[in-house]
Amino acid sequence: MAMETLERILAEHPFFKGLERRYLQLVSECASRARFDAGEVIFREGERANLFYLIRRGKVAVETSTPNRGPIIIQTLGEGELLGWSWLIEPYRWRFDARAVELTRAIVLDGECVRRKCEEDHQFGYEVMKRVATVVERRLQATRLQLLDVYDGVRS
Amino acid sequence: MAGLSDPMVPSPFRIQRVRKETHDTFTLELESANGADGFPFAAGQFNMLYVFGIGEVPISISGDPTKPQTLVHTVRSVGAVTQAICKLEHGGVLGVRGPFGSHWPVEEAAGSDVVIVAGGIGLAPLRPVIYYLLSNREKYGRLALVYGARTLQDLLYKPELEKWRGHFDLEVEVTVDTAATSYRGNVGVVTTLIPRVQFDPLNTVAMVCGPEVMMRFTLRELEGRGIGPENIFISMERNMKCAVGFCGHCQFGPTFVCKEGPVFRYGQIQAFFAKREV
Repeated sequence: MAMETLERILAEHPFFKGLERRYLQLVSECASRARFDAGEVIFREGERANLFYLIRRGKVAVETSTPNRGPIIIQTLGEGELLGWSWLIEPYRWRFDARAVELTRAIVLDGECVRRKCEEDHQFGYEVMKRVATVVERRLQATRLQLLDVYDGVRS
Repeated sequence: MAGLSDPMVPSPFRIQRVRKETHDTFTLELESANGADGFPFAAGQFNMLYVFGIGEVPISISGDPTKPQTLVHTVRSVGAVTQAICKLEHGGVLGVRGPFGSHWPVEEAAGSDVVIVAGGIGLAPLRPVIYYLLSNREKYGRLALVYGARTLQDLLYKPELEKWRGHFDLEVEVTVDTAATSYRGNVGVVTTLIPRVQFDPLNTVAMVCGPEVMMRFTLRELEGRGIGPENIFISMERNMKCAVGFCGHCQFGPTFVCKEGPVFRYGQIQAFFAKREV
């Protein structure tokens, strides 16, 4: 019953939208629910990246620390977004900190479990990789825009 | 052009109030110095502001079109003329020519959802739209404002943003490029907020204003959400001098920004909008 509910929640999340039922079943075997209170640290830079999160409600800040500016938020993620891809890429270590800005509910996925299923079924692995690649591409484009300092136009 | 009789002759306007918006941006409230009664304009139009002895610059009108008694401009201090404008105080006098140019399609948008996307000081030419839409709220479907700036300190009109956010019938999404960890709002470039906003893409009018590179990427996101180029409007900026289509300084493809613009339907300029040579 719980599995069925998770499967439905996964099917409704934009990250897995359109994924075949049999693959949703596979993913749900690696999934559980998570809740983070405002201010709660989800993971820290350098820690082993075993998990990833599909945010259902709330907001998460991805943070880092710089010598001159101290800790800063570099990005916030909200409803419908994916948090974390270091579970997929060696050496499986988080590159940034993540902290819930407000009460956040998510589906947490066991990265090792998903990786194993990807290895066992490459078609499923390809589906997962396409989805992660789309997120990575969007984040890369957004980062490029941040680097461009797009608001620094001269218009009045 | 509804305000003044000869488009090439500036009229004196006296500064009634100056409000500092950010470290380099100020909002000026002006009234006619020769007793003229109000300054009717349409949301999106601009004026040429003349600092006597220094020069003239095009500046969008950022006030409320339903309250034309006061002329409002938000000016960022970036060049000799705008620096001189930002140094003026209460009682100072500016020459004003205008209003010039095309306007945002606020009436055409009636019956539709409206999405407003602003970047940096691009919120200034869109503020009259927000005033108008809120004054005529019953005519529109969902309303959303998506606004991005470099930092919290660079956000314009903070008290109004907070007030607009309090409206149950206006979705306001604000983001900055970076922030301290104590900040509870959104961090990321403005385009990342577009997927989060609620609207019916087949029945939505989008209005976009900001630096050109920001608009280019915003247009892609809006089109990606299913809004057609005929329903997207952008405000362009070029080197406007005469403001009446004589001098040609602001030529943009086959158009003059001062006359056919600054507000263009994206479908009308799509063919040459992203061309570097134009």
